[in-house]
Amino acid sequence: MTRWVLRSVMALGLFFIYAPLLLVLVNSFNGDRTFGWPPHDFTTQWWSAAWHNGGARDALWTSVKAGLGATAIALVLGTMVAFAVQRFQFFGRDTVSLLIVLPIALPGIVTGIALDSAWRSVIAPLGLGKGLFSVIVGHATFCVVTVYNNVLARLRRSGVSFEEASADLGASPAQTFRYITFPMIRSALLAGGLLAFALSFDEIIVTTFTAGPGIQTLPIWIFNNLFRPNQAPVVNVVAAVLIVLSVLPVWLAQRVAGPEAGASRT
Amino acid sequence: MDNDQGLGRRRWQLAALLSAPMLWLGVAYLGALAVLLVSAFWTVNGFTGEVVREFSLQNFRTIVTEEVYRNVTLRSLGVAVAVTAICVVLALPMAFYMAKVASPRTRHWLVIAILTPLWASYLVKAYAWRVLLANDGPLDSLIGTPGYGLFAVVIVLSYLWLPYMILPIYAGLERLPDSLLEASADLGARGGRTFRGVVLPILVPSIFAGSIFTFSLSLGDYITVQIVGGKSQLIGNLVYANVGAANNLPFAAAIACVPVLIMVVYLTAVRRSGALEEL
Amino acid sequence: MRHKLLMSALAAGVLVLAGCGGDGDDGGGSGPGGLSVPKVDKLAALGQGEGAVNVIAWAGYVEDGSTDPKVDWVSGFEKETGCQVNTKVAGTSDEMVTLMKTGEYDVVSASGDASLRLIYGGDVAPVNTDLIANYSDVFEGLKNKQWNSVDNQPYGVPHGRGANLLMYRTDTVKPAPTSWGAVFDANSPYQGKITAYDSPIYIADAALYLMKTKPDLGIKNPYALDETQFKAATDLLTEQNKLIGEYWSDYTKEVQAFKSGDSVLGTTWQVIANLATADKAPVEAILPAEGATGWSDTWMISSKAKHPNCGYLWMNHIISPKANAGVAEWFGEAPANKLSCAETADKNHCTTFHAEDEAYFDQVWYWTTPLAQCVDGRTDVTCKDYAAWTQAWTTIKG
Repeated sequence: MTRWVLRSVMALGLFFIYAPLLLVLVNSFNGDRTFGWPPHDFTTQWWSAAWHNGGARDALWTSVKAGLGATAIALVLGTMVAFAVQRFQFFGRDTVSLLIVLPIALPGIVTGIALDSAWRSVIAPLGLGKGLFSVIVGHATFCVVTVYNNVLARLRRSGVSFEEASADLGASPAQTFRYITFPMIRSALLAGGLLAFALSFDEIIVTTFTAGPGIQTLPIWIFNNLFRPNQAPVVNVVAAVLIVLSVLPVWLAQRVAGPEAGASRT
Repeated sequence: MDNDQGLGRRRWQLAALLSAPMLWLGVAYLGALAVLLVSAFWTVNGFTGEVVREFSLQNFRTIVTEEVYRNVTLRSLGVAVAVTAICVVLALPMAFYMAKVASPRTRHWLVIAILTPLWASYLVKAYAWRVLLANDGPLDSLIGTPGYGLFAVVIVLSYLWLPYMILPIYAGLERLPDSLLEASADLGARGGRTFRGVVLPILVPSIFAGSIFTFSLSLGDYITVQIVGGKSQLIGNLVYANVGAANNLPFAAAIACVPVLIMVVYLTAVRRSGALEEL
Repeated sequence: MRHKLLMSALAAGVLVLAGCGGDGDDGGGSGPGGLSVPKVDKLAALGQGEGAVNVIAWAGYVEDGSTDPKVDWVSGFEKETGCQVNTKVAGTSDEMVTLMKTGEYDVVSASGDASLRLIYGGDVAPVNTDLIANYSDVFEGLKNKQWNSVDNQPYGVPHGRGANLLMYRTDTVKPAPTSWGAVFDANSPYQGKITAYDSPIYIADAALYLMKTKPDLGIKNPYALDETQFKAATDLLTEQNKLIGEYWSDYTKEVQAFKSGDSVLGTTWQVIANLATADKAPVEAILPAEGATGWSDTWMISSKAKHPNCGYLWMNHIISPKANAGVAEWFGEAPANKLSCAETADKNHCTTFHAEDEAYFDQVWYWTTPLAQCVDGRTDVTCKDYAAWTQAWTTIKG
């Protein structure tokens, strides 16, 4: 019986999650410019408008660049801290995880205005104005935690015996890392990196405050266009396409790293 | 290997591993936060729009004495707590089904089903809810709509952050050996009892981890409120209004101290459970 | 995004004056508080284009076809003049001022507040209107205003304007309202279905209403409110809060609310009324008896422009009938150039937006940032500045 209850809750939950997304899809064919309900006319004009919308493509590309940049930094920094915390004893070790969690635990608007004013008063005078780079910096700051936690958990579970064995057998530290350590944490890196990328990809609040003039990530583009009725339905098309496209990286990650990679640790 | 030499080398390795991340998070990020905190004690010259860098408690005095800031803080806290509670209630059975009931193949697809909505823009989803909740909208014709307001904000925020609660709980359950559940059942515990007595205690860190997301994301939100919140405002709106339009960064910073304080207290409280490593 | 633009237009410290749209008596050579204008020479003669022009603009002002291939008033200009247009879209007036100070940009589409800061900061040059052929076709009602000129010396070319109107559902709101009183009536039958603009500047709408209905308060300019006047306006809005269903800030939200009937009465822009009508919502938008608040933007050229000739060519182009008509229709405002009215795709655009109706714009008080130095010229009292307006708006919303 419990099984049935659980199954119905799962079904209801999925309905709760997907009904609004279905509405997005329906409205992308709705002739009405401001999502009137019920839809009167069926049209594919928004899909063709989206196809010809160079701004959306540029914004998508900007978002991908920002996401990749932030993910790369998060992978490096997150892995370094995870190794330090797991393999070394040092003063203040316990506060490290607090520090790493902080950027994502504090409301985005706080991180956003803090980074913005710091950038303006410290970095901008050095001649580096806000641009795509400042977006990457902002995103990387709150993405480190996903990689850190995934790698840390993996290191805890796997211990150091293989690495010690490798060293005993005469492998150089580089060889040990290349052949033992990296394969061991690869799926954790993938899981953490994927989540970091997803966080960056849909981030809007920190981006609002760290983006330089002219830098438009996809969420910012959506923000700007959702509020212009001529463009609002095009946004639905873009969202529908994103949902479909997003299955790909998630599915791929699951194939490569097993079911836990996609989800394991948020 | 010589022990002293080994120790020295390890120290160097540690320094090499920690310096870049600590420079980034410990110096740059904390530094930026500290500057923001300090600027909360400054004021703005109304004529030139320049920040006056003289110590003043005026901003904090306004926040403490004006009733509206207390009301908005309490309202925001209430929304964040309600959203977190709803997410936990929904996420527990869903995650349990995914991790312990579904076949491995189904599980695989369920995880994908939970993850993909994270990629559909937050704004688009919030706007879809605005349409759902409209007068004469789809929901109105089925079961009636609560209309725009705080209740709508709670529903939409719960919707938006639900996957962030499901995932850590699912991960926590996955690590929970099936044998534990079987043992409990063998000892005669019924489903509910096993859940309360065995599963829930083990899941506490995971639930806290999810709640850090749902709680902090709700506490800082200002966009969903604008879309479905009717005439209500939350603390994020106050920060945004002061920094965005009014050009009053010091006052915005002072208001921002409120959610920062709440989150720091919350993080310190849940930290002992090991929640921070479950994120 | 319009609301961001308009809100931010108010964001900065600005010195705008008492005048509303029509009267044309401009301030003297120095601004409020005895500020004087730095001397900057204007371009004497137009030379060869430099091959590029760097533009700072609001979203929607410089469209090169990347949003919609049919919406493009940049590519033709580039081909014709050889000036490559590099656009930076700015989000706020503050950002515009900051960017202009870098000296990397040639022209900017400044709103009422930023424009005066730029003039008094010496960041923009006076404009030699003899070099801008299209300037003569700009509506007289937009020339030599306090936010775009000093001592009758223009510091830019006017771009467009609009008013904040009163919109209502014709099927539910009866009789049809003629006054802003309709949105302030404590016994309104439309309680819970009234909407208002979500910005501190909306306090000016209440002040405008009081200016006309409570002469005792002595309000001369809705952007210059002393303690008593300010309290009267915010009290009125606190009362109004009980009637409000939701505050609106973006246009999709308002069109949708009026269509579904979640809102039936409240402030609007002409473009919103048109969109709602196009989507078959039974609405009407009027300029009430008391007049209304509104906005106006200006294209200005940097005093440190590296491409002054291309800058002038751009300013001439953007107010040319075709381009100006394109922007006005895309953005939803009244064009600045008289001849634009013949070029709009919708032949009624100018009529709908009252572009040629000076009597209409005489009743419009263009958005101005409130300062402690009363912008109506009073020196015996201190006025509430925009920071105070923002905090009051927070309290009104509760």
